[in-house]
Amino acid sequence: MGRVAVVGAGITKFMHRSEETGKELAWEAAKMALDSCELNLEDIESVVLGSAPDAFDGVHMKGEYLADGAGAWRKPYMRGYVGGGTGVFVGAQGWYHVASGLFDTCLVVAEEKMSSCLPHPQGAFLTIFDHTLERPLGPNLIWIFALEMNRYMHRYGITKEEIALVSVKNKRNALDHPCAQLGAEITVQDVLDSEVMVWPVNRLDVSPTSDGAAAIVLASENVARRITDKPVWIEGVGWSLDSAYWTNRDLYYPRYVECAARMAYQMAGIREPRKEINVVEPYDPFSYKELHHLEGLLLCGKGEAARLTADGVTARDGDLPCCPSGGALGVGNAIAATGLMKICEIFWQLRGEAGKRQVPGKPRRGLAQAWGDLMQVGTVVIMGV
Amino acid sequence: MLPNVAIVGIGRTSFNSITPDMSYKELMFDAAVKAYNEAGVDPRKDIDSFVCCSEDFLEGTSIFDEYVPDQLGAALKPVHTICADGLYGLIAAYMQICTGAIDTVAIEAHSKLSNLLTPDWCIAFAMDPILNRPLAHNPYFIAGMEMNRYLYQSGNSKEQCAQVSAKNKRSALNNPVAAYGAEVTPDQVMSSEVVFYPLSRLDMSPPADGAVVVVLASGRKAKMLSSKPIWIKGVGWCSDTPSLETRNWGEAAYARLAAEMAYKMAGIKNPGKEIDLAEIDDTFSYKELQHLEALGLCRRGEAALLVTEGATQRGGEIAVNLSGGSLGIGHLAEASGLERVAEVTLQLRGEAGKGQVSHAKIGLAQCWQGIPSASGAVVILTNQG
Repeated sequence: MGRVAVVGAGITKFMHRSEETGKELAWEAAKMALDSCELNLEDIESVVLGSAPDAFDGVHMKGEYLADGAGAWRKPYMRGYVGGGTGVFVGAQGWYHVASGLFDTCLVVAEEKMSSCLPHPQGAFLTIFDHTLERPLGPNLIWIFALEMNRYMHRYGITKEEIALVSVKNKRNALDHPCAQLGAEITVQDVLDSEVMVWPVNRLDVSPTSDGAAAIVLASENVARRITDKPVWIEGVGWSLDSAYWTNRDLYYPRYVECAARMAYQMAGIREPRKEINVVEPYDPFSYKELHHLEGLLLCGKGEAARLTADGVTARDGDLPCCPSGGALGVGNAIAATGLMKICEIFWQLRGEAGKRQVPGKPRRGLAQAWGDLMQVGTVVIMGV
Repeated sequence: MLPNVAIVGIGRTSFNSITPDMSYKELMFDAAVKAYNEAGVDPRKDIDSFVCCSEDFLEGTSIFDEYVPDQLGAALKPVHTICADGLYGLIAAYMQICTGAIDTVAIEAHSKLSNLLTPDWCIAFAMDPILNRPLAHNPYFIAGMEMNRYLYQSGNSKEQCAQVSAKNKRSALNNPVAAYGAEVTPDQVMSSEVVFYPLSRLDMSPPADGAVVVVLASGRKAKMLSSKPIWIKGVGWCSDTPSLETRNWGEAAYARLAAEMAYKMAGIKNPGKEIDLAEIDDTFSYKELQHLEALGLCRRGEAALLVTEGATQRGGEIAVNLSGGSLGIGHLAEASGLERVAEVTLQLRGEAGKGQVSHAKIGLAQCWQGIPSASGAVVILTNQG
């Protein structure tokens, strides 16, 4: 298996972007990623695109529509898709494009434009439910996450205050991210006092919908060493999809995340993730999800993630910095783009180029993870220097 | 040198204009059971990864990959969607195996087009939302304009396109799974209603329902699992511009570039001589001719001559769409390309029944992403180990 390196990364500002089309957002991120490693489109042999539901933009075959924006003109171009897990999955898909030996370079672009879904992308999320069993009930996405959060809290006796700490930490981290949508200095009390959306989820427990794009450039070992003296290697990838029947599983623990993580750990030769991972970007569309995912990733014991957060272990200067970017809660949740943003963040952290967001101690290995579908899919990319 | 990868199992339903007795899950299950049975594998134990091919809008469900794992035996396994024809899924699976990290992959694609009440207006959502969609044309006007341009540039005629329809529908009579086999004369095709000038009703492939599953394995595994493995010799795929305004309508550049990539990988110098049979996209009758030329299976402007002379029939120089193609089997949405792979596989194994050609060694399968795209893929298969 050939080694694959990330050699460049780019990201747009995350916010409501009425003035740009999805194509323009995709190109803005792709161009920044190419510029960051001084390559141009002629150097790119293949292109991978990630984008979540077509229903957001209302464009059927959205990948075809975005092709030129993603830099794919007259190139091998493929769109991978696993719902909310797409942003990190495309890192794995780009990896197999290069690791297969078919290509020396691959441009990976993730784009999301949610603002064109009026009045709110929740309308598009209505169409993800089973057409016979669930859709007639008119379920709202926050309902099912409220069920999961409630189950998680009940199982371990975790309080809303402990979970609110994740929002406080991530929104504060995002103040240092130039692309962030909702960086803020808030308190636990602010979270608890914010509007209850669906109990136990308050408004400040939820990441904002967003428009944005992110991109990375991947290269095979020989080519990577010619492009940069600071390649960041993809050491392991994993993805796993659980049953569609989410009502039949115990929601307290994300087994699919554990399966994806184990696949990636095995590929990376990691035996003790808690000791060997220095910085982590778990997917945090809701505050409790960061905790849930830390447990699924085997980075702490079941039910222990809240304790780690309270002790400051997951703070930017803690032992296991968690979402130093500001995560989905702070940077914004442009679904697929946010997943790839997390891979970009690990890239910059491992290169020591994260600026004000840099975690101390020269991290050597980092992990990005995303999650999606009906609380069903886990995607993991492990990178190292 | 890329590793050897082979097809070790195929399974498919029969294809029908409507399938009111079967849900898409049952169609998938039916095809999957047959493929697993043929390969002698238990998906829970023996298949490492799964690739499904679907488009949200055609399914009427956003994030459609949510609903695929259970009926494939894939829950809690690596599963992802490729938003494209099944041939792209086969290529994604091929790359996964080439990395060496994965040994066996199942690829699934299906069609339940009979569920769509207004398929044309679903495809209309694939038009550029700013430049083209506001015109509110039925998107098939593109096929009419493209046919017109192709006929003008190539010097081929509408009569010769009608011969393609007649040939494919007649070939489908030999294919037990085809939905639209018929004894139709070119005159009948010519005199059928003109729907998008110069495209007549019988120049268009009618939709059909069904599912196809293919099991791929690495060289070592393939020899253990199958006595007749069909090897993948080359893959290629390419996207030309999505912009209707700037593409060359006469030539299928995407097919030419995809074929060049696949031929290079397969070491094919003279495709017209070396390739024994081809299952290529014939969504519309003129597409078979346009693709034959783009794939280099004949010189530009000569495709119609081949058809007129009978060179593309069984026993001719190069057998094209002996299965009946999409015109005879029915258009299978994302399953179209995967069904072509299944047909080539059967031919190369010598299991194609009444439609069997003799002494076939190398076969080609090709797909086009359909209106309004300019994307497609090519796979070269062989029975020579």
